Amino acid sequence: MKHIISILIENEAGALSRVAGLFSARGYNIESLTVAATEDATMSRMTIVTSGSDEVIEQIIKQLNKLIDVIKVLDLNDGKYIERELMLVKVKATAAFRDEMKRMCDIFRGRIIDVADGSFTIELTGSGTKLDAFIESLDKTAILETVRTGASGIGRGDRILKL
Amino acid sequence: MDSQAKKTADTKAPITGAEIVIRCLNEEKVKFVFGYPGGAVLHIYDEIYKQNGFKHILVRHEQAAVHAADAYSRATGLVGVALVTSGPGATNAVTGIATAYMDSIPIVVISGQVPVPAIGMDAFQEVDMVGVTRPCVKHNFLVKDVKDIAATIKKAFYIAATGRPGPVVVDIPKDITAHLADYFYPKSVEMRSYNPVLKGHSGQIKKAIKLLLEAKRPMIYTGGGLVLGDGAPELVKLARTLGYPVTNTLMGLGGYPASDPQFVGMLGMHGSYEANMAMQNCDVLIAVGARFDDRVIGDPKDFLSKKRTIIHIDVDPSSISKRVKVDVPIVGHVQSVLSEMNEALYLETKGAAESTKNNIGNNISAWWKQIDEWRGVKSMVYQNSTTVIKPQYVIEKLWEVTKGDAYVTSDVGQHQMWAAQYYKFDKPRRWINSGGLGTMGVGLPYAMGCQFADKDAQVACVTGEGSIQMNIQELSTCAQYGLPIKVIMLNNRYLGMVRQWQEFFYENRYSESYMDSLPDFVKLAESYGHVGMKITNPADVEGALKEAFAKKDKFVFMDFITDQDENVFPMIAAGKGLSEMVLKKDNKERHED
Ligand SMILES: Cc1ncc(C[n+]2csc(CCOP(=O)(O)OP(=O)(O)O)c2C)c(N)n1
Repeated sequence: MKHIISILIENEAGALSRVAGLFSARGYNIESLTVAATEDATMSRMTIVTSGSDEVIEQIIKQLNKLIDVIKVLDLNDGKYIERELMLVKVKATAAFRDEMKRMCDIFRGRIIDVADGSFTIELTGSGTKLDAFIESLDKTAILETVRTGASGIGRGDRILKL
Repeated sequence: MDSQAKKTADTKAPITGAEIVIRCLNEEKVKFVFGYPGGAVLHIYDEIYKQNGFKHILVRHEQAAVHAADAYSRATGLVGVALVTSGPGATNAVTGIATAYMDSIPIVVISGQVPVPAIGMDAFQEVDMVGVTRPCVKHNFLVKDVKDIAATIKKAFYIAATGRPGPVVVDIPKDITAHLADYFYPKSVEMRSYNPVLKGHSGQIKKAIKLLLEAKRPMIYTGGGLVLGDGAPELVKLARTLGYPVTNTLMGLGGYPASDPQFVGMLGMHGSYEANMAMQNCDVLIAVGARFDDRVIGDPKDFLSKKRTIIHIDVDPSSISKRVKVDVPIVGHVQSVLSEMNEALYLETKGAAESTKNNIGNNISAWWKQIDEWRGVKSMVYQNSTTVIKPQYVIEKLWEVTKGDAYVTSDVGQHQMWAAQYYKFDKPRRWINSGGLGTMGVGLPYAMGCQFADKDAQVACVTGEGSIQMNIQELSTCAQYGLPIKVIMLNNRYLGMVRQWQEFFYENRYSESYMDSLPDFVKLAESYGHVGMKITNPADVEGALKEAFAKKDKFVFMDFITDQDENVFPMIAAGKGLSEMVLKKDNKERHED
C-alpha cells in the first residue's frame, strides 16, 4: 500500500543522503521525496511517498527513527491528511489544439503560465492521483515535457508534526 | 551544533585542532589509541608525541587498528579508539568499521582528511570517508571548523556508547587540525534528535512476567545484546529463579554460564540439537538482545510453522518484529529491563519462592524431560583419533588447560564454530569473534585488543591457516609490545568452511579452497622473536598447550596439523529451518519426530 511519510530532520550536510541511502541499502522503494528547510532553518521537513506491506512500513519508520539526524517521523496514513503536488506540463498548442488544451486545463483547475508559439505550459497542483488523471486525459502526442515536485503532505486539523 | 552554546574556554590561550583532539581523548579517559600515521594526521601525531595521557599502539595495517580497538571494547565495555590517515588509511579501516557495525560495538574512528579547500578536487589521498562509511556506521561526522572538534568528539563517544552501540567516524581535514580555537569540552550532550530509551514499559514487563509464569514449555534465548548491555548477571538471576532452559547465540556465548545445567548450548546453524529443538517447540519464548537472524532461526517460515508466544527485549526498536513478529515487545536497555523483571517477579511470587527456594516458574518437568531426550541425541560429539589431530579435541584441551578462563578470539571458518561449540564460556566478554560480518582476519588483532584490555590474562587466538594470513603482519605489532598471546592454529590445509560447503552442496568440487604454499609458521613466528611450535601427534596436544601457556610472557604460535576432512556438525543448511538439522555426515536431515 502507498504511504506518505513525513520526517523532521536536522538541516545538516549529508542528512538527505542518509535517508536516501537507507532506502536503497534496505531495498525500500521511493516514489518521491521532497525536502526543504522549515520556518526554523536548523530543521528540514521531508515528505517521502513509498509503498510496502504493513511490516515493511513499520520497519521503514523504525529505521528512519534510528538515523541520528532524524528528529521525528510521522506516517500520514495513520490519520487524516492532505497531500499536494505541483506539476508543470508543456503541451503542444498549435492552432487546432489551443482551445481544447485551454478547456482541459480549466476542467482540472490548472493555470497556463507560459504561452509560446506552438505550446502552453500548464501549472497544476493537487494530489498525485489528480495529476495522473490530468496526464491520462491528454493526448500522449501532445505532451512535450512534464516535471513534478513529488508530494508534500500535512496532517489535518490538530495533527501537527513539530518539535 | 546545539551542545556548545555559552562557553568559557578550558585553556587560557587558543590551541590547535590537533591539540584539541588529544585533550578530548584524555577527557574521555582513553587509555589506548590504535593507529597508523600519514600525511593528513601528522599534526595529530605530533601532539601524540608530546603527550602521555594515552598510549598509542602502532599496528601494521589500519584494518588491524580498528579490529584491535573493537576487541578492546568487546573485552572491557569501554569505547575503543582508532586513528588513521586519509585516503588509503581510511579505506583500509572500512572492513574493521563494518565488522564493528554488524556486531554493534562502540568504537570511535578518527580519520584524517585532505584540507578543506582541497575537498572535492580529487586531491592526493582524498576519499569521501563520510560517504564511504555511511552504510556501516552508527553515525559519522566531517568536521569543517576547528571550533566544532571538541563538541563533535564528545557527541561521537556519546553516540557510540549509548542506545544500540556502534562505530562512529570523525573525519577531520588536515588544515582544521592546524587552526586555533579556544578549547572547551562539553560536560554533557543534549541532542533533540537522539534520545535512546533506557527503561522498559512496565505494563509490558508485567505482561511478560505473567506469560513466563504460565508457560508450559518456556525458553530463554539471549544474544550479543545481553553481553554488550552487561545484563548477564540479571539474566542469570532471572533464569535461575524461573528454572527455565537457556540458549545463547554465537554472539551471546558467555551471557549464561555454559557449565550450568540449565544451559542447552548454542543454537542456530551449528547449534546443538537440544537448543534448536527447544527453540522450535517452546510455547513461550523470551528473546533478550537477540535478533532472530538467518544464521539463528534459518527460514522464518519454518520457525513460524509452530505457534509460540514471543517476548522480545531489545534496546533497538528496529530489531523487534524485523524477521519474526513478536507478541510482547519491550524496548529498553536489557540490564534495566531485566532488573525490573527480577524485582517484579520477586514481588509476584514472594510466597512461592520461600517455599520452593528456587524454581518458582511453572512446573515444567515434562518439558525438561523432553529436553533431556533431545540432549540424549548427543549432537556435539566427534570421533577422536590416535593418529590424526581432531580440531575439536584441541579446543577441548584448550578449555581444560586454560581452565575455561581465557579470552578466546577467533577468525572465521570451521575453527570458529568448533571454538564456539567446544570451549565452554562461563563469563560474558570472553568470546570475541566476528559474528555478523564474518570477517576473516580478525583473530590476531582481536587478541591484541584483549591483551591490551587485560594485560595479565590468558588470551588465545583460535584461527585457521587461511584466516591468519589475512592479518599476519600483526605478528610484528605483537613483538613490539611484547604481547603474550597464544595462537592456536587449526591447520587443515583447506579453507575448511568453504571446502565443507563444496563437499555438501557442490559434489566435492573443491574450487579454489585449497591452501597451497603455506609458510613454515614455526620459522615465521621465530623470525619475529616469538616461539613457534608445530604439533602433529594427538598425544602431544595437551602437553604442547600446557607448555605454551606456561610461557607467561611469550607469544607462542602453535601450528596444529589437523584432520583435513573434518566437518562441522550439527548443521542446518542455509535457508532451511530449525526442524531440518543434519547431525552427522551420512545422516539425512533429522526431522522432529
Ligand atoms: C574476508 C573474508 N573473505 C572470505 C570469507 C569467506 N570464508 C568464510 S570461512 C572461509 C575459510 C576460512 O579458512 P580457514 O581460516 O583456514 O579456516 P577453516 O575453515 O579451515 O577452519 C572463507 C574463505 C570470509 N568469511 N571473510
